[in-house]
This record gives sequence, C-alpha cells and structure tokens, in this order.
Amino acid sequence: MNMSTARKIGRFFQYFVLILVGIVMIYPLIWMVGATFKSNAEIFSGIGFIPKHPTLEGYKAAITQSYGGDINIWRAFLNTYSFVIPKVVFTVISSVIAAYGFSRFKFKGRDLLFSIMISTLFLPQVVLNVPQYLMYNKFGWINSPLYLPLWVCTMFGTETYFVYQLVQFMRSIPHDLDEAASIDGCGPVKILYKIICPMLSPSLVAVALFQFMWSCNDFMGPLLYVQTPSKYPLSIFVKLSMDADAGFSWNRILALSLISIIPQLIVFFCAQDSFIDGIAAGSVKG
Amino acid sequence: MSATATKPVTRSAFKKWCDANTGLFFLIPWILGFLIFKAYPFASSLYYSFTDMNFFNGIHEYGIMNYVEIFTNRKTLTALSTTFKYAFITVPLKLVFALFIAYILNFKIKFVNLFRTVYYIPSILGGSVAIAVLWRAMFRDDGVINTLLSYIGVDGPNWLADRNWALFVICLLRVWQFGSAMVLFLAALKGVSVDLYEAATIDGASKVRQFFSITVPMITPVIFYNLVTQIAQAFQEFNGPYIITQGGPRNSTTLVALLVYNYAFQSNEMGMACALAWVMFVIVMILTIIAFASQKHWVYYAD
Repeated sequence: MNMSTARKIGRFFQYFVLILVGIVMIYPLIWMVGATFKSNAEIFSGIGFIPKHPTLEGYKAAITQSYGGDINIWRAFLNTYSFVIPKVVFTVISSVIAAYGFSRFKFKGRDLLFSIMISTLFLPQVVLNVPQYLMYNKFGWINSPLYLPLWVCTMFGTETYFVYQLVQFMRSIPHDLDEAASIDGCGPVKILYKIICPMLSPSLVAVALFQFMWSCNDFMGPLLYVQTPSKYPLSIFVKLSMDADAGFSWNRILALSLISIIPQLIVFFCAQDSFIDGIAAGSVKG
Repeated sequence: MSATATKPVTRSAFKKWCDANTGLFFLIPWILGFLIFKAYPFASSLYYSFTDMNFFNGIHEYGIMNYVEIFTNRKTLTALSTTFKYAFITVPLKLVFALFIAYILNFKIKFVNLFRTVYYIPSILGGSVAIAVLWRAMFRDDGVINTLLSYIGVDGPNWLADRNWALFVICLLRVWQFGSAMVLFLAALKGVSVDLYEAATIDGASKVRQFFSITVPMITPVIFYNLVTQIAQAFQEFNGPYIITQGGPRNSTTLVALLVYNYAFQSNEMGMACALAWVMFVIVMILTIIAFASQKHWVYYAD
C-alpha cells in the first residue's frame, strides 16, 4: 500500500513535469497563432492567447504587403520552392549514389575516401563561405535567377550528413539480395534502383523531409546569394518585413511569419513518424 | 602487328580494373563535389587567411597580420569569449533538459507520442526566421515574458536591449529546441535492458542511484554523440544573433560566425574573415579531439 502511494506520487510527478514542460514548449506557438488575430494594441496587453476582439487585419496586411512593390508573400513562396525542390531531389539522388559506392563495394582507397567523407562532417560552413562566394562570383552565379549557388552543389553529394546516414542504413541491408540479383544478371545500377532503393525508401523519405525543412529555414544561403528583391525567398522576405515595421505592426509580421511556416507544419504533421524514426535511427549506429 | 596483338589484352585489363573499381564510379560525383565545393574552398580559405584579401582590391600583402589582429583586437576577442559563453550555456542546458525529459518519457507514459511531438516541434521550426521573429516579439520590453514575470512580481529586464540578457535570450531559443537531442536519448534509453533495472531494484538501489549508475553509463555513446554535434553547432550559430539582435546591444551577442560574416560581406575584409573562421575551426577541432580522447574514460560501448 505504501509502495503504491509512492508510485502514484511518482506517476503524478511525471505527468506534472511532462505537461508543464509541454506547455512551456508549445505556448510560444499558440500565443503566436492567437496574436495574429489580435489588433496591434492588444498583442502586448496580456499573456492570453485568445483574442478579445478577433480581427483579420494582420492577415489582410500580410498577404497584400509587398516589399518595395517587387515582392509579396506568394512570390516569396514561389521563390523558396524554386530552389528547395531541386535541392531536395538532388540531395536524395546524389546521396544515395554516393552511399551506394561507399557501402556496397570494395576497392582500393575506399576506406581512405570514407574517412575523408566522415571528416567533412566536422567541416564548418563558416570556413567555406568566403572562398565559395568568390568561386560562385567567378562562375557568375551571384544573384543567379535560377538560384544556382543554393542547389548545384547538392548534385554532388555534398550533404555529408545524409550520405553518412544512408551508408548506415545500406549497411543493414543484407548482401544476399544483391548477390542473388547479380546472379540473375542485374548490373550494379539496376541493383541500386530495383533492390536497394525500394528497401531504403523510408530513409530516403526521411532524408527528403529533413532536407526540405532545413532548406526552407535556410537563411544564410539566400542572404549571401540572392540580392534582387523580386527573387527573395520567404526567409529573407520575413526578416525584411520585420525590420521594416517592427514596433508598429506586429500582427502583420506575426501573421506573415505564421503563414511562412504553415507548409512546414503540414509536412511535419503528415510525416512526423518519418522524422522521429529518421533522426533516431540514422545517427546513433555509427 | 604488335598493336593488334596487345589491343585485346589491354582491353580486358581495363575491364578487370573496372570490375574491381565499380564502387569508384558511383563515387565520381561525390569526389568532384568534395574537391570543388569542400577541399578547394577549405584550402583557399586557409590561404586567404594569410593575406589582406579584399573583395574589391584583391591581395596586396601576405603575412600573419590577421591572426595578430584577432588575438589583440578587443572586438574579435570579445566575439570569441561570447561564443564560448554561448556554447557553454546552451549545450549543457540543452543536453540536461533533453535527457531529463527523455528519461521521464521512457516510463510507461500514456500519450507518449503526443508528448514527443510537442517537444519535437520547436526543433523542426526553431531554425526558421519566423521563430526568430516570434522570439523578438515575446522578449520585447512589454512582451509576453515580462508580462508573465510581472504577475509573479518580477520586474523583467528589457531583454534584447540589455547587454547582460540579450545573449541569454538567444541561448533560450536554442535550448527550446532540445527535441532532436531528446529523440536520440529516448531511442537510447529504450535500448537499456530492463534486466539491469530489475536486478538493481532487487539489490535495493534507489531510482536516483539507478539513473546515475545504470542509465547514464549505458547511454554514454549517445551523450557523447549529442555533445560533439551540439558543440559544433553552437560555435556556428549565426541566425539567432543576426535576426534577433544584429549582434547588439553593444556587441554583446556578436558571435564569431556573425563577426566572420560582417568582416567578409559588410566590410569586404575577406582575408580577416577567413582567419577568424579558421581560429573558430581550430577551437572546435580541439574541443572535438578532447572529446574523442576523453571517450575511453567515460564512454561505454557494449560491443
């Protein structure tokens, strides 16, 4: 009996902490949703999230607002996806090819190349920024209408984290399968897309999802390489809108910010298991 | 005559070589990418760091002047120490939170998936500009945080304008994103054998004792992994200070990555920017090497 009361207290404590921390975690987002329906006068008048006089002012302003007349939120969405989508597609394809080469074949120098690949995991982007900028400048890619500096490198398996993750997954696929296919006359390319890729599809989805999220959030890339206002992606557009009228029109800025992350929220809720399995499975095995 | 005789021989030798190196063909794109987008920029960044490379004027001088400047100039020294401060606040807080919550979630909790989702959302969105905007709204002088504090009788500071607090606001933003570290801890905790706990309970070990003597040692590989990746991330923090505080007030949130950006793309001193980036890179490397070297003293690998 004593034991069971102790356990009940323990249980209560566990749920108490979980719920309390959960509220702290999620409240900023809930408050944000509420604030977008408030008038500017009301936003900073209390901590509640339910608007007393709900208004769509913020949203109206957000979707009609333009920056210097050249860009509005829809244009910014279009701009964002016009480099995010190639980036995601090429990351998946090039990472899978590189991971296949690393994990399924033995050849001279493989281990050396593999350790080089691993060491690039520890190579901070900050060190590479200046020379990359100068290089892209030489190529004439700065301010490229096709956003070349933001996605071309992903055609070459430069996203080491994903290559490494896929290597881990591929190693767990038994070799018997490719051997059987090879006896049946499948070449290595066919084995890759007929056998390995289907078995790997959950992790390919995870790679695509993570790359989607990270690319949508990417701020520094567009900051360096996109200079024409009409080509700004969402991340830059939201930042500039905030700078332009922080202080007076918070409902508009918050509405704009919220709209900008809605696609990401939808993707996350549709595929949350992929995210969580992806993150848990990939990184710890090595 | 001899040419026709050797031709089939070389051809089959070539074929043999191809068969032995099929894997290499799949690595061609990666090798190209590595050379063009990683190795070359890496090497030239080291080279530029010993020059006065300027975007418009090019190079006129070679030497170690950038490094001398970094270790004598107050601005750069402050940025380095601020970055250390930022990393040493953010990383431990994040890991402790992540482990604590993962530990509780690992008890047979109902709605575990719901909780996990709620804790994980900030990690996925936290890097976005939208959340940085939200943070600026919440930590305004008359923002939600200060209103909340006023209810319990605390007169909150003007967070983002106060040089003692502004950095802390950015730390909080990143600690709030403990979800991905938590997911990793949770996966590791699930892997700890129940037998160990049962044996310990029979021996009369308390829950706290079990946590420190069984749980923590068993998941040290994941603690290690999280530690190394989080340190590397913390030293590269750019978005938070750039968007939320612009490095201010009075440079109190100017982290190294932001200063590198300012040197390179605001004042066009690219040689200086490369040198500072390299100093940061070497610091992170040293920390990583220390972590790897210390592994054998505290990280437990089962196999």
